[in-house]
Amino acid sequence: MSASSCSSCCQPSSIGKKVVMALTGLILAGFVLGHMSGNLLMFKGAPAINEYAKWLHDHAGLLWAARVVLILSVIAHIWVGIQLTLENRAARAGGPADEATRRATVASRTMPYSGVVILAFVVFHLLHYTFRTVALDGAVYGDDVYKMVVAGFSCRSVSIFYIISMLLLCLHLSHGVSSVFQTLGLRNERWRSRLDFVALAYGWIIALGFISIPLAVLTGCLK
Amino acid sequence: MNLDSKTPAGPLADKWNNHKAKLRLVNPANRRKYHVIVVGSGLAGSAAAASFAEMGYEVSCFCYQDSPRRAHSIAAQGGINAAKNYQNDGDSVRRLFQDTIKGGDYRAREANVYRLAQVSTSIIDQCVAQGVPFAREYGGLLANRSFGGAQVSRTFYARGQTGQQLLIGAYSALSRQIGLGTVKMYTRHEMLDLVLVDGKAKGIVTRDLVTGAVESWSSDVVVVCTGGYGNVFYLSTNAQGCNVTATFRAHRRGAGFANPCYTQIHPTCIPVHGEDQSKLTLMSESLRNDGRVWVPKNKVDCAKPASEVPEEARDYFLERKYPSYGNLAPRDIASRAAKEVCDEGRGVGQLVDGKRLGVYLDFSAAIKRLGEAEVRARYGNLFDMYENITGENAYKQPMRIFPAVHYTMGGLWVDYNLQSNIPGLFVGGEANFSDHGANRLGASALMQGLADGYFVLPYTVTDYLAGEKSGSRPSKDAPEFKAVVKDVNDRVAKLLSINGTKSPRYYHKALGKITWEKCGMARDKAGLEGAIRDLQALREDFWKNVKVVGSGDALAPELERAGRVADFLDFGIMMCLDALTREESCGGHFRTEFQDAGEAKRDDAQYAHAAVWEWTGEGQLPARHVEPLVYEETQLSTRSYK
Amino acid sequence: MVESHAKETTLALKLRVWRQRRGQPGAFEEHALAAVPTSASFLEMMDMLNEQLIKAGKDTFAFDHDCREGICGMCSMTINGMPHGPIPGVTTCQLHMRNFRDGETITVEPWRARAFPVLKDLAVDRSGFDKVIQSGGFITVRTGSAPEANNIPVPKPIADEAMDAAECIGCGACVASCKNGSAMLFVGAKINHLNILPQGQAERDRRTLAMVKTMDEAGFGNCTNYGECQAHCPKSITLDVIAKLNRDYLRARVKEFFSSTGKPSKGGD
Repeated sequence: MSASSCSSCCQPSSIGKKVVMALTGLILAGFVLGHMSGNLLMFKGAPAINEYAKWLHDHAGLLWAARVVLILSVIAHIWVGIQLTLENRAARAGGPADEATRRATVASRTMPYSGVVILAFVVFHLLHYTFRTVALDGAVYGDDVYKMVVAGFSCRSVSIFYIISMLLLCLHLSHGVSSVFQTLGLRNERWRSRLDFVALAYGWIIALGFISIPLAVLTGCLK
Repeated sequence: MNLDSKTPAGPLADKWNNHKAKLRLVNPANRRKYHVIVVGSGLAGSAAAASFAEMGYEVSCFCYQDSPRRAHSIAAQGGINAAKNYQNDGDSVRRLFQDTIKGGDYRAREANVYRLAQVSTSIIDQCVAQGVPFAREYGGLLANRSFGGAQVSRTFYARGQTGQQLLIGAYSALSRQIGLGTVKMYTRHEMLDLVLVDGKAKGIVTRDLVTGAVESWSSDVVVVCTGGYGNVFYLSTNAQGCNVTATFRAHRRGAGFANPCYTQIHPTCIPVHGEDQSKLTLMSESLRNDGRVWVPKNKVDCAKPASEVPEEARDYFLERKYPSYGNLAPRDIASRAAKEVCDEGRGVGQLVDGKRLGVYLDFSAAIKRLGEAEVRARYGNLFDMYENITGENAYKQPMRIFPAVHYTMGGLWVDYNLQSNIPGLFVGGEANFSDHGANRLGASALMQGLADGYFVLPYTVTDYLAGEKSGSRPSKDAPEFKAVVKDVNDRVAKLLSINGTKSPRYYHKALGKITWEKCGMARDKAGLEGAIRDLQALREDFWKNVKVVGSGDALAPELERAGRVADFLDFGIMMCLDALTREESCGGHFRTEFQDAGEAKRDDAQYAHAAVWEWTGEGQLPARHVEPLVYEETQLSTRSYK
Repeated sequence: MVESHAKETTLALKLRVWRQRRGQPGAFEEHALAAVPTSASFLEMMDMLNEQLIKAGKDTFAFDHDCREGICGMCSMTINGMPHGPIPGVTTCQLHMRNFRDGETITVEPWRARAFPVLKDLAVDRSGFDKVIQSGGFITVRTGSAPEANNIPVPKPIADEAMDAAECIGCGACVASCKNGSAMLFVGAKINHLNILPQGQAERDRRTLAMVKTMDEAGFGNCTNYGECQAHCPKSITLDVIAKLNRDYLRARVKEFFSSTGKPSKGGD
């Protein structure tokens, strides 16, 4: 590889950055689907989810491989996302005094904000259920993930933060998933509305899947 | 004034090839030592600049717009002619030549027109290779359509935006050279004068429209492709910035201006709607392929909506008067016929100044025959444009059209090599007078611009440069340059200092009113004499009472306009004088005294020549010279489209 | 059949117009303008305002305009926050005053984008677009070296698609409407026009990489798929051209990455 293309790898072009966003976004979108599906085992009862958790921990290599991919994706997604946001602000030079919007969706215009909230959520969520250092009142659950989750979501404010974050994730996905197709050149006028629908449906499936658990805990369906 | 056309000897069909074989060449290693200035970046200018740069010359190109891609060639809608005979309908180079020279009412130089027809085929090849998305048949080959003044289908087109696509093609070729560093492009620069050293064109003086800086540029040759002077009529289909300044300044430095009275009126424009109108919008003549032109037979029906005028009360006057060409009669004839019926009081549309100036262009028959979808496919963008401007839906009711000034056949006099009578000053495209005679056929302007730029100027300019010693161009510090820069600065300062009461636009409107009424579609002796007096008075008033706001060191649109209007005022007088002294009717020049029941009556014995005007000094009337037009193989006949 | 000859009425307007000298900060000026005919175009209304200013001995507002028939792409104003104003699919010169209300306040600003610095008032410098074209927006063909036109058959759907992209007038409304100041619609249109034609294949990869590089260097923002560009494009060019630009760019980069020289492939498919 020549020097110039090497430097262009390290300093990706505008489209290169978008591709990074799309590919890492795709990994993360896939991850949330997997995560959400696993979570739904809560409804099958404590043994199912606890066995699933144990299975994951028994395959530490696989788990860590996935974690590394996810961590790198998150870092790249955030890093490039910040770059894009700052560059785009600067390129706009303030914009018109009297700005009108014709078709840009709320989701598209709030990607950095929904992203920041989701990031804050992820940090909290890791401290909560992975490192188990916050909002669990110091209780020790060991391998009983089911018990931990029910206890965690019994806290109303935690559940509300969780639900709001998942709704924002839905918003983020509704623009992000459809944009993946655009960025990879796989969208056109005929397919745009269909892909937008798929993205929105995907966002809702993910969000509702996740939200169903704190909701079930709060309403006493899961004890 | 030396008006030797330098037309080569030999049979018409061989002249260009024989001539090319004799033109001198410049060694490739020497070409970079020559500096070529191209003014204007439309089809002719862009094509010429790109071609010169490809050959290896050092090129500088100037345009007043913010990008070379905006030149007004972009607005041509209908198409470009070429004698490809892809339709197998009997077309040939000779047939295109005959149509063009007949269309020009036998007032063009025969050899030039033949050459134009000859190189037309190469233009299509060049443009297709550049990626111009011409319309195609399903088999992937090029499609054609028919156009006014021809009985074959030889017009290539890209929807209704042929000029745009051709210009983007030429602009992309030019851009490639700019990217390679072989052309230096100066946008937002207006040429305000020509510099002569020892009688030869050796540079120009420009004003940077953004900073106001007046600068001179030295070169070995100057190529002017700055378009036509239609805006002398104020309302025209030209772009707002189109002006005569570059060519008129060259004229003032000694270049002959030929046939300024040959102006073309385009029949299918949207009628005038009010006093504050700044421009007339043309709709492609191709509309006449499927639209039928009519007015009510009776004046009483004129105020009624078209739908209330029954079929038998409609006068399809073009079909009636010109059965064989019908709605496709040439532009001048179709325009005059429309004016006639409106003068009879049978015009339609709103009353403007107590007159209805408009005729219907009706697509109902075409919609019935082809279906609305097909009509939309062919003309959709034009129908949209019409609705946008008038608020009327032309699928439901007929369009209203009226003629408007569209193109100017006159221009700087050039010989067969496209060189003016000033050595080293070459002129291409609409800016010269060479190929269209007294009337231009549709789809021929694009053809001429590209022919000059790609296929004529590269040869003939090279021949000229071969005779100039490389590296001999003068320094910008030469006294000749300094003197011209001073002239330009003085003039700018004068315009800014008058500080009168009336805006440049006021004078432009007043000028346009005089020229359109007295030197428009129909002209007569008394009117033209009056127009010259009125224009002289207007010119005097201008230099006393114009108010130019803005400053000389920034973007100053009023200063730009004032300079252009000042030149238009001088030019307008010359145009009227030309019309007055051409005592015949031919093509776009219609003198009411010289007609056969409404048809133009040429006087070949007296006027088979180009009238070439020489500048004689400030405030003086120019002097008239002639270049006789010699027809070796063409039989002059009365143009008939009946 | 209903037929209408649009009625001639006039409007009284309040105008907030941007005033700025090159390199200096700007501000809005307020002007009242009466008796604007509804049949006038927006630029004719601006002409009226300027004539009124000349009468008062004040400097006029500079704005770019030329053909006034919607094809040259020179006119450029943000009207009430919308490049080319409130009617989709038209340029400012083709916007007519019948689309405004009597007594309305209209805000007129220049294109706002870092890559389009203000020259004066409403006129901006769009030379970034030209630079993009100069870096690759062409098919290399020397004058005189073209083959016979019909030797290059172009299927009609391909020609039509190229023409759809080629309709771009290079006005810059896409950049001005984009909340990121991105030029992807313009560059996408230009690249699509040439990249899908058979004539454009030889330089396809090289063209795509070069034009994107120049676009980035010219200070335009990044596309984040808002879609405002399409909604404001006077020629209604669609986001398809951006998707295809993305695809072509990826393709070219992948080919470049795996090529033995590390340079863009010269061949087509």
